[in-house]
Amino acid sequence: MSTDAVALPGTELASQPFVARLHDWVTTVDHKRLGILYITFAVLFLLIAGVEAMLIRIQLIRPHNDFVSPQVFNRLFTMHGTTMIFFVIMPVMFGFANYLIPLMIGARDMAFPRLNAFSFWMTAFGGLLLYFSLAGANGLYGAGNAPDVGWFAYAPLTSQTFSIGHSTDFWILALLVSGFGSIGTAVNIIATVLCMRCPGMTLAKMPLFAWLNLVMAGLVILAVSPLTAAQIMLLVDRYLGGHFFDTQAGGSAVIWMHFFWVFGHPEVYVLVIPAFAFASEIIPVFSRKPIFGYSVMVAATIAIGFISMSVWAHHMFTVGMSSAANNFFVISTMAIAVPTGIKIFNWLATMWGGKIEFKTPMLFCIAFLFQFLIAGLTGIMQGAAPFDWHLGNSYFVVAHFHYVIVGGILFTLFGAFYYWFPKMSGKMCSETLGKLHFWLFIIGFHLTFDFMHIPGLLGMPRRIYTYEPGRGWDTWNFIVTIGVFFQAAGILVFLGNLIWSYFRGKAAGSDPWDAWTLEWSTNSPPPAYNFASRPVVKSRRPLWDFKHPADPDWNYE
Amino acid sequence: MNATSMTVAGARLEWNPPDRGRVAMFSLIVAEAAIFTIFVVAYLFYVGKSLTGPTPKDVLSVPVLYTICLLSSSLTIHLAATSLRRGSILSFGLLWVATITLGAAFLYGTAIEWYRLIYNEGFTISTNLFGTTYYSLVGLHGFHVVVGLLSLSTVMVFTLLGSVRSEHAERIDVLSLYWHFVDVVWIVVFTVVYLIGR
Repeated sequence: MSTDAVALPGTELASQPFVARLHDWVTTVDHKRLGILYITFAVLFLLIAGVEAMLIRIQLIRPHNDFVSPQVFNRLFTMHGTTMIFFVIMPVMFGFANYLIPLMIGARDMAFPRLNAFSFWMTAFGGLLLYFSLAGANGLYGAGNAPDVGWFAYAPLTSQTFSIGHSTDFWILALLVSGFGSIGTAVNIIATVLCMRCPGMTLAKMPLFAWLNLVMAGLVILAVSPLTAAQIMLLVDRYLGGHFFDTQAGGSAVIWMHFFWVFGHPEVYVLVIPAFAFASEIIPVFSRKPIFGYSVMVAATIAIGFISMSVWAHHMFTVGMSSAANNFFVISTMAIAVPTGIKIFNWLATMWGGKIEFKTPMLFCIAFLFQFLIAGLTGIMQGAAPFDWHLGNSYFVVAHFHYVIVGGILFTLFGAFYYWFPKMSGKMCSETLGKLHFWLFIIGFHLTFDFMHIPGLLGMPRRIYTYEPGRGWDTWNFIVTIGVFFQAAGILVFLGNLIWSYFRGKAAGSDPWDAWTLEWSTNSPPPAYNFASRPVVKSRRPLWDFKHPADPDWNYE
Repeated sequence: MNATSMTVAGARLEWNPPDRGRVAMFSLIVAEAAIFTIFVVAYLFYVGKSLTGPTPKDVLSVPVLYTICLLSSSLTIHLAATSLRRGSILSFGLLWVATITLGAAFLYGTAIEWYRLIYNEGFTISTNLFGTTYYSLVGLHGFHVVVGLLSLSTVMVFTLLGSVRSEHAERIDVLSLYWHFVDVVWIVVFTVVYLIGR
């Protein structure tokens, strides 16, 4: 792609035939294009997994409903969970990291552009493989099409005996393949952050976004690798007649749980730390203050990274571990609340006394602060082993982790979309539609997930296909399902906003939010080469220094 | 605003960020170490838990010679990298061939051990838990040796074509990090399978 074409995007679109443009996108190694590919891919899968969630909730809207069959219901919740974790949130976070890290640290590209492209296509084909199971997984006995073993696929459900045909194999291979992609991207992010920073940007002067994504990449390396190992073992069991998880031959079903959650819990932090990164960039800009406690934020993130490696078995209190193990995992789970609490106080202290601008990105981040706090508190409730024996495997658990993933992660993610869309497209999003999206989604979110806690406390188990009337669950389930339609309407407004703004939005200019990090110093969208000359920075807020030469930040840091 | 204006005029900074190849290889090694950790944990967890025979004591013999081959290849690859940095391509090439030969000898050792186990003892991956964990762990390591040998051979081809020069020493160092890692993993696998597990 020539630099002229980038400077004049309109002429580029008009002059190139569709096939040539498609070829450019498919063969690209540019971090910005790969970032957009990651994000687009994730949004497509968000729609698919969102429809699956709607079908699940429609089935549960009233007792004895038969909207879908039990078999289809099992497939729906398995595909919904697997897709949302591996093919929506991870890729979208990688997409933003890909797009923004080189721009924020003043680099030309990621450290390994071709590895970057390879990793994206591995993830993309992993996702396609998962959904190809709908057509290809019938197998010998015609049993099952999509995977139906739940997203954590406990043994012995995954053994040949109980999972006939190939649906589980598609699940394994999809996660294995996308796992290689994730590890490749994580290696790339680490090398980029550590080795590609522009002159003057020491580790202590990096934007928090780069710091937090560095920790996230480290966690991907430590967490996704065990999952890869466990999937290889499962393949050995299923194809070569191994006995890793085969209790008939002395194998252990519990060790699969350990292997899965050694991945599964750090994975939560792989997803939420980039969300913290968005909040740490957006909240200061719209509070018109630098972030409060930069070094403590970094330290708290690293502490979260470490502690998150030692809390996995709090997913297994109901399995029946020794009381020593229970105690250890209760204490480590309580411990991780400390650095997380520090972060929440730092964001609040950043807002305190600031001139807060309630633009759409900021609204989403403020909602995130409240909702993530509540999600953390219900997490502490379940972190206490005796209480978890009551709550384990109930709708309370489902409500809790959706509060984290939707109320925490998805809200900051929407904030990030509204905040960086002007940089990526050169057009401003509509504030009116953005606020409509915000209010629809926050009403829907609270209707669904606030009220979902209650049937959980009343004993409604997760993953049940239907339930008896008269257990006190009916009204709650009805409200929960109504909330889903508000959320769906919010998502449609969001997509409509993106499309409308892309074609009709007003021009953004290079720095629409009067922000301070390096990505706002180049054009919107940035040229292929990012920066005409290599930036040199002296403080954490280089654009502040540039805009206020009389009172630069480096006097105070 | 123009990006050029971000540059502070006259600022000459001492700026030496770490080498990206080295950082990436260390990251990859951490990821691989995590994969091996899970397999080693599974092996140790299942030691003595097989419901049927054979046991490790019945069928395994300690592969001392082939272990020496693999471990000494760490020395030859280190000496090869040193020669390249000094600029002596010939001794680099010879030591590189020695490394490949030692690695291949190790693989041959694994091959004849597996042949004996499968055809003489009738011991396969599906025989019992010991078979499952043994073939998975040793096989995973063997797979890494194969990947290492393919990479080393690629460098060998370039050396024979005359395109490896002393300015490539940094890249050769990065590749040799991987090979050292494969050797260190064998020390762990050897200890677990042939010393603790037997």
